[in-house]
Amino acid sequence: MDWTIWLEWAIKSLVLIFTLLIGFGYLTYYERRFLALLQSRLGPNRAGPQGLMQWMADAVKLIFKEELIPAKAYKLVFILAPIITMVPSIVIAAVIPWGPNVNLFGRDISQSIANINVGVLYLMSIASIAVYGIVLAGWSSNNKYAMMGGLRSSAQMISYELTLGLSFVAVILLGNSMSLVEIVEAQRDVWFVVLQPVGALILWVATIAEVNRHPFDMPEAEQEIVAGYHTEYSGMKFALFFMAEYQKMIVVSAILATLFFGGYREFWFLKDTFLSVDRVPFLGPIYMFAKLVVLLGIMIWVRASWPRIKYDRLMAFGWKILLPLALAVVFITAVGILLAQEVNPWLMWLTPILSLFAGWIATLMVDRTIRRKNYA
Amino acid sequence: MLKELGRGLFTTFKMLVRGPVTTQYPEEKRQVRPRYRGRHVLKRYENGLEKCIGCSLCAAACPADAIFVEASENTDEERFSPGERYASTYEINMLRCIYCGFCEDACPTEAIVLGDNYELSFTDRRDAIYTKDFLLEGVPSPEMTTPQKVEPGVFTRSVPEMLDPQD
Repeated sequence: MDWTIWLEWAIKSLVLIFTLLIGFGYLTYYERRFLALLQSRLGPNRAGPQGLMQWMADAVKLIFKEELIPAKAYKLVFILAPIITMVPSIVIAAVIPWGPNVNLFGRDISQSIANINVGVLYLMSIASIAVYGIVLAGWSSNNKYAMMGGLRSSAQMISYELTLGLSFVAVILLGNSMSLVEIVEAQRDVWFVVLQPVGALILWVATIAEVNRHPFDMPEAEQEIVAGYHTEYSGMKFALFFMAEYQKMIVVSAILATLFFGGYREFWFLKDTFLSVDRVPFLGPIYMFAKLVVLLGIMIWVRASWPRIKYDRLMAFGWKILLPLALAVVFITAVGILLAQEVNPWLMWLTPILSLFAGWIATLMVDRTIRRKNYA
Repeated sequence: MLKELGRGLFTTFKMLVRGPVTTQYPEEKRQVRPRYRGRHVLKRYENGLEKCIGCSLCAAACPADAIFVEASENTDEERFSPGERYASTYEINMLRCIYCGFCEDACPTEAIVLGDNYELSFTDRRDAIYTKDFLLEGVPSPEMTTPQKVEPGVFTRSVPEMLDPQD
């Protein structure tokens, strides 16, 4: 092992971290501007041209704000909690491939920091660690609202993590690998969202619940529990929670893009043209960026449109609808792959049809629950 | 369930298509309505003489007691307004004014008019008292400014003749 590999890793890590940090800044800008447009407003447009420097102004404001530590807080944990929340949200991005290998300075360089063969497991484990920061923040604040926010967050994350894991299983079956690069390359002919649309939808819902975004933002429900787990935080510590939340948004969108929307690959019908990443490897990050913009835009659109759901409904939806549906999706995917291998490759198309049918039954179940609750 | 969720998304999407309704205020100002009651303006005749004759009817009509008028005598050597008298002091306390427009209704010469200026800010209580220099509208040309030296016996009526007395 020569020293240049260390250099390569260091440079790639720095690039990734700075991309995420600046991406956080511009994601807040993007969210505020797009949300404003969805609400017939303009949004921030004063700081810099079209408000592009708004995030810098926000950062300066937050850095210079006074930081309060409550007298009865558990100080060590109180200070550690934002860091524990922040670190996984960056670390989790290490396995996401941003493009195929490129040849630079006579070296074959992969456009991900680590191409480990159990990438999906890595995603699962790091995503679970993120909840610790939130729970510890809620507990160490010594504040009932913060505590409740932390508890809600942990309950919600644990519930939806099962669904998340099961929808990962469907992707692992389809891609026949746990390495993210191989999963992306398996989507050369057709994206997995076409083969397993319901799986993609389940993963999307579960990731929204994982990052505590609307309509599943019960841990931070302003009307009920002030600001949830970060009620007592101010200044840069609050900014770290904020940063972690938005970086998690970027990262889960990247995961969703990687697992279901072809990752850094182009549309499957463009695979033999000059737009293909096989011909121009540097298009990979651009495709990834475009997919991130679309997926994050949908997240913001959802935030603008849908109301927050009640906490018992959230739990019931997670355990009674989403989890069985995810199990059904895994089963249907497995059956489809088996039939395609043993009988006829065209039977692969049973997978989307049957899973859409299962999804339809699930929506009927939701409708039934809502209607029954009305009479009760 | 899907229908309702779709309807929610469609509602916000309609707003996106419609575009923002924001007015970028300091750069772009909205036209006020014709009968908008903004800051008062003291009007002049075409020849530059002030319409205000210092009768204090506006001060009498003012429910907030915001207007103070002090009248002085006109002469043909130094004429400010037609007729005998003019307002040598005219002050409106903008902290008291309620923009009711009664002063406008009470004025016999239509000298005081509530204009379209709504950008009234001051940093000191003393600045809230708007004086005559501030309220009086500008003259069309520099030689028309008051006081004017006029021919004797021309401007004897303080209230102009009505165009249509039946009105």
